Amino acid sequence: MTPFLIADLWGELLAVLTTLFFALPYIAGYIAIILLTLLIWTGVKKVLRPVHDYTSLKTVTFGDESAVVSNSVASVVSVVLIFVFWAVFTGSSLLPSFLHAPGAFTGTGTFTYTVTTPDGRSDDAEVTVLVYPRDEEADAPDVDPGDGFAKNDSIAIAEYRSDLLRVDQNDEIGRDEDAVITAINGQEVAPGDTVRVDFGTVSLSGRGTPNISPSTGMQMEPIWLPSPEGVWSRLTEIATSGYRNSTLWEHLGYSLFRVIVGFTLGALVGIPLGYAMGLSDWFRGWFDPIVEFMRPVPPLALIPLVIIWAGIGEVGKIILLFLAALWIMAIGARSGVSGVKISKVHAAYSLGASKFQILRHVIIPNSLPEIFTAARVAMGVCWGTVVAAELVAAEKGAGMMIMVASKFQSTDIVIMGIILIGIIGFGIDMLMRAAERFLVPWKGKG
Amino acid sequence: MSNLVIDDVSMRFDLPGGGAVQALKNVSLTLKQGELMSVLGPSGCGKTTLLNILAGFLAPTEGKIKLGDKRVTGPSPERGMVFQQGALFEWMSVRDNVGFGPSMKGMAQKQKREIVDHLLDVVGLSQFKEKAVYELSGGMQQRVALARCLANEPEVILMDEPLGALDALTREKMQGLVLKLWKETGKTVILITHSVEEALLLGERLIVMAPRPGRIHREYNLPFADMGVGRDLREVKKHEDFGKRREEILSMIWEMEEEIMGGAEQ
Ligand SMILES: Nc1ncnc2c1ncn2[C@@H]1O[C@H](COP(=O)(O)OP(=O)(O)OP(=O)(O)O)[C@@H](O)[C@H]1O
Ligand SMILES: [Mg+2]
Repeated sequence: MTPFLIADLWGELLAVLTTLFFALPYIAGYIAIILLTLLIWTGVKKVLRPVHDYTSLKTVTFGDESAVVSNSVASVVSVVLIFVFWAVFTGSSLLPSFLHAPGAFTGTGTFTYTVTTPDGRSDDAEVTVLVYPRDEEADAPDVDPGDGFAKNDSIAIAEYRSDLLRVDQNDEIGRDEDAVITAINGQEVAPGDTVRVDFGTVSLSGRGTPNISPSTGMQMEPIWLPSPEGVWSRLTEIATSGYRNSTLWEHLGYSLFRVIVGFTLGALVGIPLGYAMGLSDWFRGWFDPIVEFMRPVPPLALIPLVIIWAGIGEVGKIILLFLAALWIMAIGARSGVSGVKISKVHAAYSLGASKFQILRHVIIPNSLPEIFTAARVAMGVCWGTVVAAELVAAEKGAGMMIMVASKFQSTDIVIMGIILIGIIGFGIDMLMRAAERFLVPWKGKG
Repeated sequence: MSNLVIDDVSMRFDLPGGGAVQALKNVSLTLKQGELMSVLGPSGCGKTTLLNILAGFLAPTEGKIKLGDKRVTGPSPERGMVFQQGALFEWMSVRDNVGFGPSMKGMAQKQKREIVDHLLDVVGLSQFKEKAVYELSGGMQQRVALARCLANEPEVILMDEPLGALDALTREKMQGLVLKLWKETGKTVILITHSVEEALLLGERLIVMAPRPGRIHREYNLPFADMGVGRDLREVKKHEDFGKRREEILSMIWEMEEEIMGGAEQ
């Protein structure tokens, strides 16, 4: 068993490395763009504000303010660039069309093929190919059969698709009489060969049938990556008319509701538990094995068990989020308590504080920054867990929405959902940070 | 009169891996009320341990401490402590830090306010009452710590290198302040320091401790603290005796440090 496993894993590793290798030029290109914009920005700054103070002379800074503060111009450029790339490769109407990557061919194209019979006669015929947009219907155009034993053909192919065409079916002497196609657009071909034509490529199959592949260009098919405005219009559509019997706000609201209830319960139990563990060695001894064991178990791994025990309803999800928040909050509160500087406790004692007063005025305020950090982490984990739980089983929720959409290949909904999930997660973190700044301004200042 | 009596105190720390450190051995000393004593000694000779025992944070393995006729068994507001740094409550404003002791006693708001305002005035921080302590400089924070200790009206003030982290100028100002407060309030003060000059300036009495086991090596009675009250401390330092004493004590500590180093090499 084991040698095979190792060989398998080695193969997988090679596959990953190969993919990475092919991605290298793109990564290099991206870095080049970053450096180029840096150069441009530096130039622009020189023109706008030609100062020569100490900061302007620094190139790379270590450990001072500018090493931790990020350049907001770079952030803006970076985000804009993501949308630009997205628009370029989806033919988005946000950009003028000359900036688009070459799109898939649509319209009518032609090529000629030459048929040769076993007795040496040959004849040409023309094939008319109509490539139509995917969301439309089209029939093969009518064409004049023409003269000779090979007759003209026509076919309609949807954008991004290719099709085999039995061009000999309407010919007077066809494949059944051992006539073969020997040239396309005057270029000699044998089965297996491919010929470039002006709208794409034509290749001969093993049995000599032309396979017509109109050019797919460099843009992404909407089924892989819809354009930004496609995602946006899907967003407005779902926001007004809903998806799967629920409005968008219901889906998001359910997810948020689960997170808030689960997190709140987790914090309500976890913080006192953490305090008890921080203050009493009996509680610490009692809960240490449980907490230390449960902490490394990812909440996602509990989903199957929770579904078995509590079903796929709200209770199960809230139990899951409760568990996700519980250990994080307990550990945060515990280390907040035990992290108090002994000199602060001593100072309070020698100022006449009682045990209870020390708990109230020293231990608890001292632990708040840690608890806030834990709450931020817990909120992030809960949000990730709720989405994942909804992916597995739910009737409403952001995760359920994108899971169902992916089953129907509604990539636009999937992307919309992912963006919304990201924005909400980011918003939660921002709110927690703002609350932290407001409520525990002394964090990190002790 | 509540004298502070250190009666044959020894302290052993049992180490987790077996063995023990004799941090203090048979230390005896009596401090009269209102005396100002500074403590010098090489690193690790048990100065902090002694102070922690006096504050009641540690129980000595042998011997006892008495303040007046009460035996010291734990921390109490009659023995205030000023730590080197980091013992202020950064979640409270300057005012609340200084008012912490009175608050714990449940003192009336108005009376507390008067005490706090007065003490912040004394340490020159009146304009910073409502600031958060982390917005203050190191020297200002030490002044808050001093005011917080004084607000509680302790009989004895214990200070463990309270000025160690300050720059020379701030330090000198603080030394003046300590002398002034000592004279004005008449409190018993014990001050640990690593600076020989500071120990000479701020000690009516000065003890030099020796390590392994920690014990009192020498004791001096000095005139400089009294001289320095209300005067420029630099004048005092120029005094002939001051220089002599400094050299004497410095070389004594040097010898001890060398012994320690030599011991470590074996
Ligand atoms: N909690 C403790 N457990 C074990 N050993 C301790 C403990 N506290 C102090 N010691 C030991 O007791 C001795 C005296 O320590 P102490 O902190 O009193 O020295 P110190 O004179 O204050 O030194 P410094 O000038 O460096 O502050 C040292 O050898 C130290 O290692
Ligand atoms: Mg010490």
